[in-house]
Amino acid sequence: MGFETTGRLEAVTRTKRNPFSYLLIKMADPVSSPVVALESVSVAYGKNAALRDVTAAFEGGATGLLGPNGAGKSTLLKSLLGFLVPTSGRMTVLGLDVVHSALEIRSRIGYMPETDGHIPGMNAVSFVAYCGQLAGLPASDAMQRAHEVLYYVGLGEARYRNVETYSTGMKQRIKLAQALVHDPDLLFLDEPTNGMDPKGRDEMLDLIRDLAHEKQINLILSSHLLPDVEFTCDRVVVLDKGAVVAQGPIDALKGSRRQVFELRVKGDRHAFAATLVAAGFECHETDEDVMRVFVEAKEGARALFAMADREKVQVRHLRPSVPTLEDVFAKAIGER
Amino acid sequence: MPIHDQTYRRYAGRREQGGRAWMVVAVNGIRTIIKKRLFLGLLLLAWIPFVVGAVMVYLNASFPQFTLLSMTGQRFRDFLGTQDFFVFVITVWVGAGLIANDKRANALQVYLSKPLTRTEYIMGKLVILAAFLLLVTWVPAVLLLVLQVAFSGSFSFLRQNLYLFPAVTVFSFLQVLLAAFTMLALSSLSKSSRYVAVLYAGAYWFSHAVFGVIYAITGSTKLSWLSLPGTLNQIGDLIFRLPPRYSTHAVVSLLAVAVVIGVSIWVLERRVRGVEVVS
Repeated sequence: MGFETTGRLEAVTRTKRNPFSYLLIKMADPVSSPVVALESVSVAYGKNAALRDVTAAFEGGATGLLGPNGAGKSTLLKSLLGFLVPTSGRMTVLGLDVVHSALEIRSRIGYMPETDGHIPGMNAVSFVAYCGQLAGLPASDAMQRAHEVLYYVGLGEARYRNVETYSTGMKQRIKLAQALVHDPDLLFLDEPTNGMDPKGRDEMLDLIRDLAHEKQINLILSSHLLPDVEFTCDRVVVLDKGAVVAQGPIDALKGSRRQVFELRVKGDRHAFAATLVAAGFECHETDEDVMRVFVEAKEGARALFAMADREKVQVRHLRPSVPTLEDVFAKAIGER
Repeated sequence: MPIHDQTYRRYAGRREQGGRAWMVVAVNGIRTIIKKRLFLGLLLLAWIPFVVGAVMVYLNASFPQFTLLSMTGQRFRDFLGTQDFFVFVITVWVGAGLIANDKRANALQVYLSKPLTRTEYIMGKLVILAAFLLLVTWVPAVLLLVLQVAFSGSFSFLRQNLYLFPAVTVFSFLQVLLAAFTMLALSSLSKSSRYVAVLYAGAYWFSHAVFGVIYAITGSTKLSWLSLPGTLNQIGDLIFRLPPRYSTHAVVSLLAVAVVIGVSIWVLERRVRGVEVVS
């Protein structure tokens, strides 16, 4: 698949009945072109493969990079930054080849790393201004932007404090500030809410949402937290064990034309779930004794009652629900 | 634009061309270090030999009958030899944390996510250390030459010793580059600046001690290339056209310096990365 011709978006999902078959949902989207594109990219740490033949397209706007720990999310971002060299494949960021135009790419992107990162011995405003200068801003502009950006991320009052004295939440904010100071066209955010308290997390997510939807900054949000991605992003790429298992607009992946029911039964629920899957229903068991069953809108709950009746299973609880990203995630990585 | 405006706005101003980020690194590093008063005190201390030299130049110009004070190539060589101690102290003080502190604070991923190559990063760090080292070696030595001309009122000393300015320049830069590359390489190996300082001091003095032991056993100075200060002294004598103090061939000494710098560059190339991959 050539990057130039990618005017469509592919949503790849794996069906329960055959985990190795892929269902491609193609959605016409001729206007946007991908800000990041990967073509058969493989990355390895020594003998351990971290990314396996990844082909993906990240459209403009906010895209979530989802996956469990160790799925290869951070590796993918680091490869796009040029920190890691793929063993095979080709990557473009903002239409530029990562191998040949690494510096130009880095001048147009902002990277918020997963781990704490700061320049020792600096206060916040000096640190952010310094990062602005490194990104090519003149010293006076960098200082002015540093003040503005620190206010924007909520560190205005603490901007003269040494970064090393910051709390975890404040360190997350300053990482966002240093990524924003030079006004990038594309942001890479690696687990931006890690270690934050609930209030701080909400504020961080509000900032990210504001950047993507009000300030028109393209961003890729890497996270294993589904609510974070669902709140801030329009599209998602799901990685598992170094491979893309689903990608596309979140609404399309959720399957808005289907109904989802929370179902609790008396009896062998595992056997009933297996029967539902065998009958063609998409069914995810949750941690509790509730299963989430997807039904075509025209069939409704009647189909479930009919199945329960046939299997002699007593329905104890049936409640309509809405499809969530968790369903998409569970389906994509094959969890039950 | 008021800074209290809390909304994010796009930037439409000027952007510098690439390839200058190393200067940002260097200038910032130098500014950070000269803010330390104790370090400024050390710099002042390092200029005391220059003041003594300047007084000698003045006395030599004013009282030419005192041949004991006459300026020669040997005097300049001795002056740079005296500065060896300050070169060592400043290298440890300034250099130990240059990369180690960045590694400790995970700053490399921040640096290298900006439009800055690894070479530029290393160059910026090298310039920080080299600037302070040249400030206590090349700068005072050249100033002594200038004072000699100024006090004597003629260029006759310079004409008679045409090799002196190039000798001062070549030796100072060699001394500085050797110390700076070695220290940066060691600094990239650890996250602790204290450990790096000990490592550098160990490498510096241990190599000299090994040479001393071999000399004591064999009575030969051919293995002076094993010692960092010994190698530098040998090359210094040759550059200043003085009888070499060791029997090591000049090429061997130069080769030893080249190998140390080469290994240092190799270490830096491997250790300065945005991602540390532990196999």
